Amino acid sequence: MTNKRPVPEIITEQRLIDFYRQMWLVRYFDEKVDEFFAKGMIHGTTHLCVGEEATAVGACGVLEEHDKITSTHRGHGHCIAKGADVNRMMAELFGRATGYCKGKGGSMHIADVEKGNLGANGIVGGGIPIAVGAALTAKMKKLGYVVLCFFGDGASNEGSFHESLNLAAIWNLPVVFFCENNQYGMSGPVKEMVPIENIADRAASYGMPGKVIDGNDLIEVLNVTYEAVQRARNGEGPTLIEAKTYRYKGHSKSDAKKYRTREEEMEWRTNRDPIDRFGRYLAETGILDAEKQEQIRMAAWQAIEDAVKYAENSPMPAIETVTEDVYA
Amino acid sequence: MREISYLEAVREAMSQKMEESEDVFIMGEDIGLYGGAFGVTRGMIERFGPERVRNTPISECAIAGAAVGAALTGMRPILELQFSDFITIAMDQIVNQAAKIRYMYGGKAKVPMVVRTPAGSGTGAAAQHSQSLEAWMAHVPGLKVVQPSTAYDAKGLLIAAIEDDNPVIFYEHKLLYKTKGYVPEELYSIPLGKADIKREGTDVTVVATSIMVHKALEAARELEKEGINIEVIDPRTLVPLDEQTIIESVKKTGRLVVVHEAVKRCGFGGEIASMIAESDAFHYLDAPIQRLGGLPVPIPYNPQLEKKAVPQVEDIIVAVKKTLNRA
Repeated sequence: MTNKRPVPEIITEQRLIDFYRQMWLVRYFDEKVDEFFAKGMIHGTTHLCVGEEATAVGACGVLEEHDKITSTHRGHGHCIAKGADVNRMMAELFGRATGYCKGKGGSMHIADVEKGNLGANGIVGGGIPIAVGAALTAKMKKLGYVVLCFFGDGASNEGSFHESLNLAAIWNLPVVFFCENNQYGMSGPVKEMVPIENIADRAASYGMPGKVIDGNDLIEVLNVTYEAVQRARNGEGPTLIEAKTYRYKGHSKSDAKKYRTREEEMEWRTNRDPIDRFGRYLAETGILDAEKQEQIRMAAWQAIEDAVKYAENSPMPAIETVTEDVYA
Repeated sequence: MREISYLEAVREAMSQKMEESEDVFIMGEDIGLYGGAFGVTRGMIERFGPERVRNTPISECAIAGAAVGAALTGMRPILELQFSDFITIAMDQIVNQAAKIRYMYGGKAKVPMVVRTPAGSGTGAAAQHSQSLEAWMAHVPGLKVVQPSTAYDAKGLLIAAIEDDNPVIFYEHKLLYKTKGYVPEELYSIPLGKADIKREGTDVTVVATSIMVHKALEAARELEKEGINIEVIDPRTLVPLDEQTIIESVKKTGRLVVVHEAVKRCGFGGEIASMIAESDAFHYLDAPIQRLGGLPVPIPYNPQLEKKAVPQVEDIIVAVKKTLNRA
C-alpha cells in the first residue's frame, strides 16, 4: 500500500535517503542519551523523542535552508532534522564548551539561530508566540522564509497557543503550527485533557485549515507539511497540522509510566514504528534495499558513537564564563 | 528652548527611531486610531501606517512573544503594554524567554526589544491598574529596567533603550505624562546606567525614582526653608544601576533616604540600601538609612486612601529629618 505514494516534487530520491539516515540519527541520539542518563553519565534532565522521528524529519524535510523552526523540550529530533551537528548537540548535553550553547543550555535549550533553529523551549507553549514573531519579521522585511512551529498536545491547552494562532491568522503570517500529539502531556492522556477528538479542529476557531495526519508516516508528514509551507510562503497564511504519534520513552528521565499500559506501547512499537514503515517504503519503491538500509543504520549508529567521543574529549567551559553572555 | 510633555517626548523618541530605521516598529493594544490608552501613540499610525504601528488583539502573552520572536530575527520591536500591571499576563515571554535566550544559547542570539508600559497610582484606577512592579523585573538577570522621571530623560533613555541589544522594560509614570520640560528636537540618547543628580546638596542624599523624584524635589524646597540642603539623585535606570554616583553622594552627605512608590517590602530601595551598606560609603554614614515605599496593601480606590498608600512629600521631609535627628 505504501508503494508508489507520491512525495512533494522538491523531494528527490537522495533526499528520501537522507531522511532515512536522519531518522536513525535521531533514534540513536536519543537512545544514547537515555543510556547515559540511566548510567548517571550526564546530569539534569532530558525528554526523548524516540518513536517520533517521522514528525521531526518529515516536517523539517520540506523546509528551505532559510526557513526557521521553533522547537520544544522534546527537541533533539527537530534539531537534527534542521541540520544541527550531532557532535555539538552531544557536547551540549555533556555540558561542554563546544556545545551549541557553550554548556549553558543543556537538553532543553539547544538552538542554532544561524541555521534557523530558534531554539528548544523548557516552557510548554513558550515557543509558539516566538514563532509568530519570527514570521512577522519575514513578512515585514519580505524575507520569504516560513516558520515551522513545533509543540505538543499539552501545549494546545496553553493560552499562548490560542493567542498565537489568533494573532498569526489575523496578520496572515507565514507560519505552520505543527502539533506533535504523542498522546500524553507528561502523564495526562490527551483524551482526558482535550474535550474533542482532534486538536486540529481548533484551527476552525482561528479561520485556518486544520489537518490531522498520521505522524508516524513520513510520506504523509512530507506531503501535508509541504502543502502548508507552500500556502504560508505564498502569503495564504497559517495552517494547523496535528500529527498523531507516540513517544516510546517516558516523559523525562524518571517516569514509571503508570498512566499507560505496556501493551499499548508494544502496539505502537510493533505495528506503527515510523522508521520500519519508511524502510518498507524505500524497499518497496526500489529506492533503498535492505542491505543499503542496514549500511545507513550502522553509519548513523557510528555517527552517534563519534559524537559521544567528541563530547567526552571536549573541554569544560571555563568557570569565569558563568557571568558571560547575560547581556549583549 | 522647546518645552514638550513627557508623553510627547516618548512619542518623539519612537518616531525619530522609526524614521531612522525600518527595523523599529511598535505593537500594542489600541495604539492605532485610538492612539493608545494614554494617547502616547496618537498620530503615529497616520504617519507610519498600520504595518509599523501594529494594533494588536488583547493577547499580552502572544504580543510579548511576537516581540521576542521579531527581535530574535532582526527587528527592533517596541511593545506598548497598556498598563504595567498586565505584565503578569506577558510574564513567561519576558522572564523565561526574552531575558534568558541570550545566555541559554551561549551568547549566540540577541533580543533587542523594548516593553514600554505605564505604571503607578494616582489615577483612581485601583488595585489592578496602579501598581509599580519594577522590582520584579530588576530581579531577573537579562532584563534592563528604566524609569524616567522627566521629559528630557524619557526621550533620551527611550532612544538608548531602542538602540540597546537587550530586552528593556521602560516604565512610564501615568502622572508624569503631562509634565513638561526642556527637550531638544534632535535625536539624543542618555546611556543606560547613568544616574542624574537632579539637585545638588550637602546634608542628606535622597535617592528617588520616577514620580518620587518630583516629590523629593518638592521636599527639598520645603527643607531649604529650614536650612536643610538635600541632594536628590535619580538613578534613571535600575538595571544597570549607577552605584558609583550614589556611593559618592553618600560619602559626601553621610546620610541616605531612599524613596519609591512601589511597595517597600522587597522594593528596589532595599537593594540601594544594601548596596550602600556593603560599600565603603558605609563608614561615612552618620545615621541609619531611611527607606520609604508604598504600604503593603493593594492600591485602593478612594482618593484619600490611595494617597495614603504611597509616600508623599511630607513623608520624605520626616525621613530626611530623622537622618539628622531633627524629626
